[in-house]
Amino acid sequence: MSTPLSQAEQFEGLVAWLRNAIQSPEQFTLGYDAEASEFIRFNKGKVRQAGQVQQASIVLKLINNGRHASVSVTLAGAPADDQQRVAHALKQLRETLPLLPADPYLRLNPQPWHSHNVQADPLPNTAQVLDDIRHAAAGVDLVGFYACGPISYGYASSEGAFGWHQANSFNFDWSLFHSNGQAVKASYAGADWNSERFAQRMQLAREQLAFLDRPVHVLAPGQYRAYLAPAALEEVMSMLCWGGFSAQALASKYSPLQKLYGGDASLSPLVSLDEHVSQSLSPAFSGEGYPRQDLSLVKQGKAHQQLVGSRSAAEYGLEVNGAPSGEAPSALAMAAGTLAQADILKQLGTGLYISNLWYLNYSDQPAARLTGMTRFATFWVEDGQIKAPVNTMRFDDSVYSLLGSELEALTADRELLLSASTYDQRQTASNLLPGALVKKLTLTL
Amino acid sequence: MFDFYPQLQQRFAALRTRAEFFSLRYVRESGQYLSVRKNVAEPPSFRHDQGAMLTVRLKGVEAYAATNDLSHAGLQAALERAEAQAQLIADHALLDLSQEPVSSAQADYFSPNLDQAFPSLSECYELLSAESASVPKDERLVSWEVSLGLTNVEQIYLNSAGAELRQAQRFVFPGISVTAYDGNDSQSRSLGRENFGQQGGFDAISRSGLIGAGPTVADQALQLLLAPNTPHGKRDLLLMPDQMILQIHESIGHPLELDRILGDERNYAGTSFVKTSDFGHLQYGSTLLNVTFDPTIPEQLASYRFDDDGTPAHKAFLIREGVLLRPLGGALSQFRAGLEGVANSRACSWNRAPIDRMANLNIEPGDQSLAQMIGGIENGILMANNRSWSIDDARNKFQFGCEWGQLIENGELKGVVKNPNYRGISEQFWRNLSAVGDASTFKVLGTPNCGKGEPNQVIRVGHASPACVFSNIDVFGGDA
Repeated sequence: MSTPLSQAEQFEGLVAWLRNAIQSPEQFTLGYDAEASEFIRFNKGKVRQAGQVQQASIVLKLINNGRHASVSVTLAGAPADDQQRVAHALKQLRETLPLLPADPYLRLNPQPWHSHNVQADPLPNTAQVLDDIRHAAAGVDLVGFYACGPISYGYASSEGAFGWHQANSFNFDWSLFHSNGQAVKASYAGADWNSERFAQRMQLAREQLAFLDRPVHVLAPGQYRAYLAPAALEEVMSMLCWGGFSAQALASKYSPLQKLYGGDASLSPLVSLDEHVSQSLSPAFSGEGYPRQDLSLVKQGKAHQQLVGSRSAAEYGLEVNGAPSGEAPSALAMAAGTLAQADILKQLGTGLYISNLWYLNYSDQPAARLTGMTRFATFWVEDGQIKAPVNTMRFDDSVYSLLGSELEALTADRELLLSASTYDQRQTASNLLPGALVKKLTLTL
Repeated sequence: MFDFYPQLQQRFAALRTRAEFFSLRYVRESGQYLSVRKNVAEPPSFRHDQGAMLTVRLKGVEAYAATNDLSHAGLQAALERAEAQAQLIADHALLDLSQEPVSSAQADYFSPNLDQAFPSLSECYELLSAESASVPKDERLVSWEVSLGLTNVEQIYLNSAGAELRQAQRFVFPGISVTAYDGNDSQSRSLGRENFGQQGGFDAISRSGLIGAGPTVADQALQLLLAPNTPHGKRDLLLMPDQMILQIHESIGHPLELDRILGDERNYAGTSFVKTSDFGHLQYGSTLLNVTFDPTIPEQLASYRFDDDGTPAHKAFLIREGVLLRPLGGALSQFRAGLEGVANSRACSWNRAPIDRMANLNIEPGDQSLAQMIGGIENGILMANNRSWSIDDARNKFQFGCEWGQLIENGELKGVVKNPNYRGISEQFWRNLSAVGDASTFKVLGTPNCGKGEPNQVIRVGHASPACVFSNIDVFGGDA
C-alpha cells in the first residue's frame, strides 16, 4: 500500500505539474482523495468476506473567462501515468470550456490559505483485532463490519491555496443477535485499538442482549413517552442534514426546515445545533477550496446560520462559510441538556427506550414530518424499569413535535458517533449528540 | 472498445500465485453529468475511473484486493495482498469454498445502440436549456432543474479457469423536477431522475418522455399546490409504474436477496421476513402476481449475459401466480443455501466485491387496460411517482409516499390530491393485488441508487411493471 508520505508527495507533484501547465488567464482547483482500507465482514461471529481497497483520485476544475468545468480522474499511483491522466483531463476541460456559457454563479476563493493536518497513529494489528473479536463474540451471534486504514484529502488552487489532511482510523460496527431475531447494535471506532476498551463495549452490548431474552411486548399504534438514545436521534438529525440547513435548498423551498428558517415554526429552546468542524475528524477545508468555519445553525430552538457554498453565495448574495458538498453538515453537534444518564429510565417512567431508529423518510417534507422504524434494542419501560423488548414499530411524527413542543429533556452526556459509511470511500463525518426524552411519539404501524 | 484488453490479458497471464483459483475484474467507467437549473447551465462534471479487483481462493478461503495500479507490478502486488488476506482470515472464515464451482465462460455483451454516437455536449445543453425554458413564468414556480447523466462502462472478467467475459454498456439518466411554493407549502413534481434510467443512447432520452415535458410537469406542480390533502382511510390503490418500481424494489426485491436471508446484511441493510424454507410454497401474493428476474430486455438497466462472478443470466420466475419459487441469489449464495437462484452477483465497481443484488426485477403484464382498472374501482386513489420510502429491516412494515395523487370514485378519475402516502405490510399487501395492467400500461424503468453491503455499494437496478390495483389499503395525506 502507498504510505501517507508518498500520497502527499504524489499530490504535491501533481500540483507542481499543474501550476506549470496552466496558461494565464486559466485558473484551476485540484482536490485529492485517497484511502488504503482493509474491510472485513462478519456473520455468525466469523469472517464472511475480507479484502483490501487501494484507491486515489483527483477532481480538477478548470476556470477560464468565466466558464468552468470539472473532471474526476482515478490515479494509478505512478507519477508518469498520473501526470498523463491529469494532462488528458486538462485537455478535455480546455476543449469543453469554449462550448459553455459564462457561469453567473462562479466564485473562486482568491485566498492562498494553507492547512496541514496529519494524524499518523499506528494502525491496529489485524490479527489481534480478529482474535479480540473472536474472543469477545464467543457464544453470541455477531454480525458486523470492520474498516481500517489511512484516509487522505488534499486541495490546491492556482491562487496558492494548499490543504492536506490525513488520518489513520478504524471503525468496527457490529450487532449481536438473539435467537428470537432481536438484536443489539454497538460500535467501537477511533485511532488506537485497545483490546480492553473493546471488551468493555462488547460487555455492554451483551448486557443489553440479555434483556432481549424476555418475551416481546406487543405495542398497539398510539402515542407513547419515549427516550431516543443518541444513535436514534442521529437518524433524525441525518434526515434534517439532507437539505435542512442548505442555503440552496432553503432558497429553492425544498428544505425540510423551511418553516424554521422562515420563522413560521420553532424547536424547543433546549435545541441548539452547531456545525463544529474544529473538533471533528473532517478536513478543515471544503472540497471547493474554502476553509470551513464553525457555525451556529440553530440557537435555542430558532434558526440561525445556514450552510453556504460558493454557488449559493453568488446566487443569493450570501457569504461563503466553507459548506461541504451538498451544503450538508458533516460535524453536527447538539448542545447537551441536564438529564443525568442514571436518571433516564426514572424520568421516562413508562414508555419506550429506543436505542436505534432506521430507514427514515418524509411523510410531509415542508412540515418536517418524518416516518421511520425502530430497530435494534427497543424496550418497554414501566415505572423506570426495563420490562421487555418491543416488536418493530413505525413512527410518524413532526420534528417540530419531537424536538419542539414534546421535547422534555436532553441528556447531560453526549456521544460522539463516527460515520461508518463507506459509499465510494470511507467517510469522516461525525455527530456529537445527547439522548432526547420526548413526551409523545406517535406510532402508526 | 476494450482497448486495454490485450495488455490486461498479457498481464493476467503473467501473474504468479499460490492460490488454487484466482480472478481479475477490471472496470473502466467514464461519464458526464449536465444540468440546467432555472435556465442557467450548471458547470458540467466529467469522470474517468478505472481499476481492478483481484480475488484469490486459497485452501477454500476467498479474499480480494482492489487496486488503482493496473501495471503488471501493481496487479501482482494486489494479488499478493489478497493472498495475505486469505491467509490472515483462514482460521476465522465462515465458509469453505473449496468445492464451489467456478466459471470458464467466454462471451461479450453490448448495450443496444452502443455504436450510435451520443448527442454532443452542445446538443445536450441545447436540449436541457430548451426544456428548462419551456417551464412557464409563474412566481410560484420557485425552482426547476433539467438534467442528463451519462455513464459508459467497460468490464473485463478473467479467471484462472479460462473465463473471459467482456461487457460494454452505456447508461442514460434524464430528468426534470419543478418545485412550486405559495408562501406556506411547497410541492414538487418530477419525471425521470431517480425513477428512470436505461441502457442505450439518444433513444433512451426519447423513451423517458423528457422532451416536451417541462410545461406539463410545471403545471402538475402548481395543481398540487392548490390541491387538498389526501384523505385518510381505506381505499383501493392504483399504483402507476413509476411507483410500482419502488414497491417491487423494497417489498419483493430486497426481501428475496439470498445473502440477506442468510444473515450477511443483518448489521446494515437488514434481514428478511422470508426464510429459506419458504421457497416453493409460500403464497407471497395473489394469484395475479408474476415476478421475473429478466436480464433480456435490452434497454433495461441491468440487462447482461453474465453476472460479475461469471454466471450466465437467464429469465426466471421468482414468483408465479403468487407462489414464491426462487430467491435473488448468485452462485455463492446458491452454494451456501442449496437453493436455485439467478445470476445476480454484482459489484458496483472495481473497488467493491460482488454480492447478491437486484438486477432487472419485473412484474409481468396482466390483462386489464388502465381504463378497465379505473372503471373497476368504486372508492380509490391513483398514486404516481415515488418521493418517499421507508420499510423495516425485515422488509415488512412499509410506508411510501408519492408526488401525485388523484381520487377515483365510482369508476372515474376525480380531483388531484397532494401528499399521497400509503402504508402496509408486505406479506399482506401483495395478497391484496386485485388487478394487473396489460402491456399498454407496462413501462421499463429503473434507478441508479440502490444501496446495500458492507463496504457500502450503490448500484443500478432495472424494474419494469404495469400499473396495478391493490384493494383496501390504508392511505393518508400530510400536515400542510
